[in-house]
Amino acid sequence: MLKNRIIPCLDVKNGRVVKGINFIDLKDAGDPVEQAKIYSDGGADEICFLDITASNENRHTIYDVVDRTSKKCFVPLTVGGGVRSVEDINKLLNCGADKVSINTAAVQNAKVVEDSSRKFGSQCIVVAIDAKRKDGGWEIFTHGGRNSTGINALEFASKMEKCGAGELLVTSMDKDGTQSGYDIELTQKISSMVNIPVIASGGVGTLDHLVDGIKSGASAVLAASIFHYGTYSVNQAKQYLASKDIPVRI
Amino acid sequence: MNVTIVDYNSGNISSVINSFKEVAKDKVNIEVTSDLNKIKSSDKVVLPGQGSFKSCVDALNNISGLVDTLNEFAIDNKKPLLGICVGLQMFADVGYEELETKGLGWISGKVSKIDNQNGKYKLPHIGWNELNIVKDSKIFKGIENNSHMYFVHSYELIPNDKNVVSAITDYSSNIVCSIEKENIFGTQFHPEKSDKAGLKIIDNFINL
Repeated sequence: MLKNRIIPCLDVKNGRVVKGINFIDLKDAGDPVEQAKIYSDGGADEICFLDITASNENRHTIYDVVDRTSKKCFVPLTVGGGVRSVEDINKLLNCGADKVSINTAAVQNAKVVEDSSRKFGSQCIVVAIDAKRKDGGWEIFTHGGRNSTGINALEFASKMEKCGAGELLVTSMDKDGTQSGYDIELTQKISSMVNIPVIASGGVGTLDHLVDGIKSGASAVLAASIFHYGTYSVNQAKQYLASKDIPVRI
Repeated sequence: MNVTIVDYNSGNISSVINSFKEVAKDKVNIEVTSDLNKIKSSDKVVLPGQGSFKSCVDALNNISGLVDTLNEFAIDNKKPLLGICVGLQMFADVGYEELETKGLGWISGKVSKIDNQNGKYKLPHIGWNELNIVKDSKIFKGIENNSHMYFVHSYELIPNDKNVVSAITDYSSNIVCSIEKENIFGTQFHPEKSDKAGLKIIDNFINL
């Protein structure tokens, strides 16, 4: 039976982890490679890097991070943030990323998703959807949630599936950072509508939130803060899910 | 010893390279090449594959003499070869992804889309699933039954002779997840992304 995945996410800026695990015994708490290794050794089913480097001059730093991480971590590695073109995707894959997540570029030009999934295969193309509640539905936002688009999130999800996305990473902008749980209705609506796996994201504060995310139809749950601040380890999260009869890899 | 990973523009093979280098350390030389002479002279060959069946077969055919060299290596000289994901699928006679496409014909059978039971199962089949070992395989030495492996695919190999199947996994139906036929090995899952158990399988192949 296919197991539900738990995916810890690390925010990386200029090649350094800005929001990461606060372990006192870390030699270099800012080193993404060391943190990713802790997660993979701890049973993470996949690692996600979100590159939040703002300046273009420092964009190359993520390539070095991915390259070094992929030599140490032997679980799938997803990289997102600032991916603009098929060429950007190509570079990340060549450095050792297994999947690339595309957000703004997918909204601005769906062809990036079509072309890249045809070129590299759907299995490595994740479309990240940042959605916010509006008028009884959800609207998608780009540029890390700053710009509104007027585009309906459900319609966009369906369009991205047709364009060849292999997975959808659905983040609720309303819930992100609140630690009050995923937007369950959003996850439910999208995952019942599409036939590709959905990763729920945004709002996890407790282990029950992970359970709720899976029960709402997500194939995987992504979380940042609960792992970063050492509230729970990935292994604790998995044990808890297993105790609630949710199939996980232990 | 030389192990060659065939680089034929089949998509992203950096993870395969990294994992083999990690396991090989300094004991075994890992070559990444499409050079026919290097492939011929190597002791073992790894055939990765990502993307569609058709795109991988096309990429193999684009390198003049490569298919003949692989045939000579695996079929005539019976040297060990490991296919990963679409690399395994290409062993079949024919694949039905995009367009009907002829495969290498090493394992009689076909590659078709996983029956998702009208949307009951999501595709691609992405994530960790259990290895149900149905036959002893040299690459499973030290691997516990029901170990988890990382999968990502929408198509499955359906061999005519079920005796080549060494493990299956349950997703919608029993999906072939590995085969062994004499010197030919293949995994539908990605050992290079399957954590310690995956690295052990790579180690077993290298040490055959």
